[in-house]
Amino acid sequence: MPQTLFQKVWDRHAVRQLPNGQTQLYIGLHLIHEVTSPQAFDELAHRGWRVAAPDRTFATLDHIVPTLSQQRPFADGMAETMTSALERNCRAHGIPLFDLTSGVQGIVHVIGPELGLTQPGMTICCGDSHTSTHGAFGAIAFGIGTSQVRDVLASQSLAVSPVRVRRIDVTGRLAAGVFAKDVILTIIGRLGVHAGAGYAYEYGGAAIDRMSLDERMTICNMSIEGGARLGYVNPDQTTFDYVRGRRFAPAGDAFDRACDWWREMASDPGAPYDDRVVLEGASIAPTVTWGINPGQSVPVDGCLPDGREAGSAADEALDFMGFDAGQPIAGVKIDVAFVGSCTNGRLSDLREAARVIRGHRVSAHVRALVVPGSQAVRLAAEREGLHEVFADAGFEWRSAGCSMCLAMNPDRLHGREVCASSSNRNFKGRQGSPTGRTLLMSPAMVAAAAIAGEVVDVRTWGAR
Amino acid sequence: MAASIITRVGGRAIAIDGHDIDTDRIMPARFLKAVTFEGLQAHLFEDDRIEATGRGLVHPFDDASRAGAQVLIVGRNFGCGSSREHAPQAIARWGIRAIVGESFAEIFFGNSLMLGLPCVTIDGATRAALASLVAADPSLEVTIDLQARAVTAGDLSAAASIAEPARHALVTGAWDGTALLLADYEDVRRTAEKLPYIAGF
Repeated sequence: MPQTLFQKVWDRHAVRQLPNGQTQLYIGLHLIHEVTSPQAFDELAHRGWRVAAPDRTFATLDHIVPTLSQQRPFADGMAETMTSALERNCRAHGIPLFDLTSGVQGIVHVIGPELGLTQPGMTICCGDSHTSTHGAFGAIAFGIGTSQVRDVLASQSLAVSPVRVRRIDVTGRLAAGVFAKDVILTIIGRLGVHAGAGYAYEYGGAAIDRMSLDERMTICNMSIEGGARLGYVNPDQTTFDYVRGRRFAPAGDAFDRACDWWREMASDPGAPYDDRVVLEGASIAPTVTWGINPGQSVPVDGCLPDGREAGSAADEALDFMGFDAGQPIAGVKIDVAFVGSCTNGRLSDLREAARVIRGHRVSAHVRALVVPGSQAVRLAAEREGLHEVFADAGFEWRSAGCSMCLAMNPDRLHGREVCASSSNRNFKGRQGSPTGRTLLMSPAMVAAAAIAGEVVDVRTWGAR
Repeated sequence: MAASIITRVGGRAIAIDGHDIDTDRIMPARFLKAVTFEGLQAHLFEDDRIEATGRGLVHPFDDASRAGAQVLIVGRNFGCGSSREHAPQAIARWGIRAIVGESFAEIFFGNSLMLGLPCVTIDGATRAALASLVAADPSLEVTIDLQARAVTAGDLSAAASIAEPARHALVTGAWDGTALLLADYEDVRRTAEKLPYIAGF
C-alpha cells in the first residue's frame, strides 16, 4: 500500500505505544541552543539522569549572540551567563558545541543542514519552533519545549501523537521577482495561521521540485506560522546533491547506499493524504505582511482589507500598525531593513538582496543590516565580495546569529519603528520594541525597500 | 516533581480577548534571558498590560479582583508561534491550573501538558458565553472536569474536549512521562540500531 514519507519515517522511529495511546518516537538528531536548554539540563541533574545519546546531540549559540563585538565576556552579562551555562553543560555531557571559535557557528537551522547533520528520513527535534526548517530534506522535524528537551536528552525519544498529512502542490513556475518567501506567505495567507494544527504539510509540485534546498528550507521553516508543527519536501536528486560531501554526510559507497534509502523514504505515488491544496505558482506575487500575524499579508500591488469591524483581528492589527483600512501596502515608509534569520539568512538570500542593491544607496532615513545565518554563510559571502556590495550601499555587515528576528541581543527596533524584515514573525513586540512594527517580505523586497525608503514592488522597481 | 492525578480543576477565572495570541505576547523574548523559569510570572503579558494601562484600561492580569484566579479563558489558536515553554511556565507559576479555549497551538498544548496544565477546548459560542459570565462576576467559579469532559460555571454547563492521550496522562497522573520513556531504554536502542543512519549505511 502506498505511504507518505511521514508514515514511513514515523513507523521506522516508533519505539512502542505508550499507555495513553501516544507513540514513543526515537529522535535521530537533537539540536540544542543556549535559550531553551539550561533548565532542561538542570532538571536532568536534579533527577540524576545522564544524556542518553551525546553523539546524536549537537549544540550551537545563536539566539543571544551579539552581532557586533563578540569579545568575551559579552557586554550583556546575561548573554555571557547563558553562554557559559551551555558551555558547561556540553562539556559535562560530552556534547559537541559549535561555538563562536568553531568557524561553523550560526543559527541552529542554518548550520544543521550546512554541516550535513540534517539528512532525509531522520527525526529531528530542537527547542525552537522553526525546527520545521529541516523538513526541507525529507525529515520529520519539529520544535519542542524545554521539558521535552529534557525528555530527549534523557531518553533520545519523545511521547508524541501522529498527525495528518496535508499535501500542498505549487504548480507551474514562479514569476521573476517572486521567491520561496512569497510562496509560503501566500500559503499561510490562503489557509490561515491555525489551519495547520494537527497536520504535517507536505510541499510538492513543479515549482517546489524546481527549488534549491535553500528555498525549500524557507518554505518548511514557516510551516509553523501556518500552525503546522512540521512541513517537509520529499527528498530528490537536488537534496542528495546538497548533502553530498558535507562534514557529517555519509561518504563514498555509503553515500550511494544512503541515497537509495532516502529515495525509499519519499512518499509513494498514490500515497493517501488527509487533505490537498493546490496553488498556481504563476499566480503568486511578491507578498508583504501588513498586520500582527504572518497570515495578514497582501500582494505588494494590493491593498489592506477594506472596512473595519470593531474588535476583529484585522481591526486590532490596523490599530497597532497605524494603517488605514484599504490603503495600498506599496509606499509604506520604513525605518529599518533587516536581512537575516533562519528563514532567509542563507547565501542565496544574501545574493538576491545584493543583486538588488548593487550600485544603489540605502535611503537616508533607513538603518539597514545584514546578519548572515552562520559563520560559513558570512565567509562564503565575503569570498564573493557581497560584504562590499552591502557596505557600499550602506548596509551594516554583521556576525552570524538570530539577531533582529527576535531581538534577544542588542539588535532591535526602537519605539514605533517600521522594519522591512526577511524574518518569519510580525507579532506585536517581536523585534524588541513593544510598539515596533514588522513587515515580512523576501530578502529582495527588503533590499529594494531599504533603497527606496518605502515598500516597493521589486519586479518593477528593479527595472527602473 | 512527582506527577499528580488531575481530574477536576476549578476556581475563579480570567478571560483574555482575541484569537491567535502568540507566545511572544504571553512572554516577550527579553524575559527569556535567564537560565531558570523562576519569577517569569511577574512578566506575563507584560507588553499587553503596559499597552492597556496606556489606554486607560486594566488588563485582566492587572485586575485586583482577578487575583488568585485558577482558570484562564482564551480564544482560538492560543499560544501560537515560538515554542518557548516560558509562556506556559509563567501562566502556571502565576497560579493558573487549567486553560479553556476554542483551540490551542500544538507546541503550546504539549508544553502545557508537560507541566500538568490542561488545555481544554470548547466551541466559540460557549467561549463567548463563558467569557461574559466571567467578566460580569469575578467571584464566579469555573470548573473543568476531565472525567466528564465538561466545563461548568454557574448555570452554564458545556462539553469540553481534550485529546485523549493528554486526558489519559492527566487523569492517571502520567503527564510527567520521562520515567516512562526511560522504562525500557533497550527498546530505544533496538529501534535506533535498525535505522541505517545510526547503524551505518
